[in-house]
Amino acid sequence: MNKAQRRAFDIAVWALLLTMPFWMRAIGGYTELATRIVVMGLAAMSLNFLLGFTGVLSFGHAAYFGLGAYGTAMAIKYLEQGTLPGMAAGVIIATIAAAIIGALIVRRRGVYFAMVTIAFGQVFYFIAFRWNVVTGGDDGLTGWHRMPIDLGLANLDIFGNDKAFYYFALVIFAICVAIMAMLLNSPFGRTLLAIRENERRARFLGIPIERHIWLSFVISCFFVSVAGALYALLNNFTDPRALRFDLSGNFVIMAVLGGMRFFWGPLIGAAIFVALQDYISSHTENWMSAIGLVFVLVVLFFPRGVLGILRGRSAE
Amino acid sequence: MTQLILYSVFNGLIVGAFYALMALGLSLILNLSGVINFAHGGFLAIGAYLAFTLMPVLGFWGALLLAPILTALIGVAVERVMIRPLYGRDPLYGLLLTFGLAYIIEDGTRFFWGAQSVPFQVPGWLTTPLSSQFFFLTGYRLFMILIVAIAVGGLFFVLAYTRLGMRIRAGTHDLDTVSTLGVNVGLLRNLNFGIGIYIAGLAGVLAAGLLGLSPTMGASLIMPSFVAIIVGGLGSLLGTLLGGLLIGLVSGLTAVFFPSATEAVIYVMMGLVLLVRPRGLLGEEGRIH
Repeated sequence: MNKAQRRAFDIAVWALLLTMPFWMRAIGGYTELATRIVVMGLAAMSLNFLLGFTGVLSFGHAAYFGLGAYGTAMAIKYLEQGTLPGMAAGVIIATIAAAIIGALIVRRRGVYFAMVTIAFGQVFYFIAFRWNVVTGGDDGLTGWHRMPIDLGLANLDIFGNDKAFYYFALVIFAICVAIMAMLLNSPFGRTLLAIRENERRARFLGIPIERHIWLSFVISCFFVSVAGALYALLNNFTDPRALRFDLSGNFVIMAVLGGMRFFWGPLIGAAIFVALQDYISSHTENWMSAIGLVFVLVVLFFPRGVLGILRGRSAE
Repeated sequence: MTQLILYSVFNGLIVGAFYALMALGLSLILNLSGVINFAHGGFLAIGAYLAFTLMPVLGFWGALLLAPILTALIGVAVERVMIRPLYGRDPLYGLLLTFGLAYIIEDGTRFFWGAQSVPFQVPGWLTTPLSSQFFFLTGYRLFMILIVAIAVGGLFFVLAYTRLGMRIRAGTHDLDTVSTLGVNVGLLRNLNFGIGIYIAGLAGVLAAGLLGLSPTMGASLIMPSFVAIIVGGLGSLLGTLLGGLLIGLVSGLTAVFFPSATEAVIYVMMGLVLLVRPRGLLGEEGRIH
């Protein structure tokens, strides 16, 4: 893709995102589904910061997604905070957890990194599952909802109006995505690419590998926790499944399905996956097999993802 | 109190034995093929349900003998068709594929055998307590320990003294050289995968007798097995065995003193091990990556 094509693609993506609530119903969806696509898209793109652009395989991102969700929900419920301070609380908690755990695992690579990240994610799952009094246990945390945002001049009713919440989520998405794009285009981002391509060579060039991977991990978890916070707000509810490892797996398959070597890949993967999940789970009881089959087929036949295939064609 | 602690220690070791069996199979496959088999718990469930189906025909002993073998055959077929194309590619893909496979297997067992958990009858003389004071010492539990000991002993014997075992150990260190020396590496990985799945199937039959059957019975064992591998040390099967027993013991004891942390404690333990001794208890130096 040359520069003009890339710009055209960017514009197309934003145009679709901006108008999504208006044509979603026409193709059989609903506004909440559109919001879920944006939220899951943000989560998958955040994961891809680490997976696709640093080359480090994390299979435990649901932990930080869930921490963001629980932090937000608990701040709103127990501390009676507004929507934005609540989100901030969730994101801060998740980022601190990521910073500590990141420091423990940063020397691991490949499958072992994946294994350790999955296992650590389980700690938070069991805390949420077991600490009934505070987290609501298996039933989840209910009895709270997102608050309208007071903008001074006007009141943004993200609680009563589905579309208003969609655009709220989209604004947060846009800010996060813009920061990630900026980071990836900075010397820091180029260094991450260098580590992905050839870690040993990057090390010989004097790049502190561990520090970069740790930073990339924390940044990635920061953004995924923003997505988690939005997810809790979307559902006005959160439960331990927001922390469980199968959600981590879903994030990874979204990134791969869309094309993890591409900036927009994970968003496209998330759109396909979320829509498919929605469709399958309302049409068959055996949705688990269907989702499992998606994993198997993608890995065996489309490992480069949708964008990978499209680009392969245009290059020929 | 002493009785309670003894009970917990014993129970912890039993659970630890399951972790260890799972983790040994996972470790074997990981060391030789570089694939984390996320579907390992699914194969455990297949073993259990196959035994459940075979039992009315063959009885308990026949099921115990045959179910793990059938499970291993399924495993060999799965490796051949789905996992072999992934060797040499990014480890991400093996993880994702077996992840999807775990979904399919769990849903499949639910489809064929029903979502409700079903009981699994073991011979009556095995289930009676052997001592009124130590009520937890049923014959079945002791029998289980015996079978686990035989299975683990058998595995280590095969690895140490047979031609196949030697090739597996050699391949773990340097697969290219083994291949150059004329060993059929594809077949080796295939058989090795089968051995790992056989152990999972055996663990499934034993677990069925102890806990009953449910489609998710394997899924709850997979995470602790990862912890067992990491705590025990990558690349060391003896470490994996020790790691499994150790985390079982720790979580059993935690159940006495702080029940709500029963599951979480092993992950805290993993964190401590990574902090103090990153290569794990018996892991080889320089194999941390």
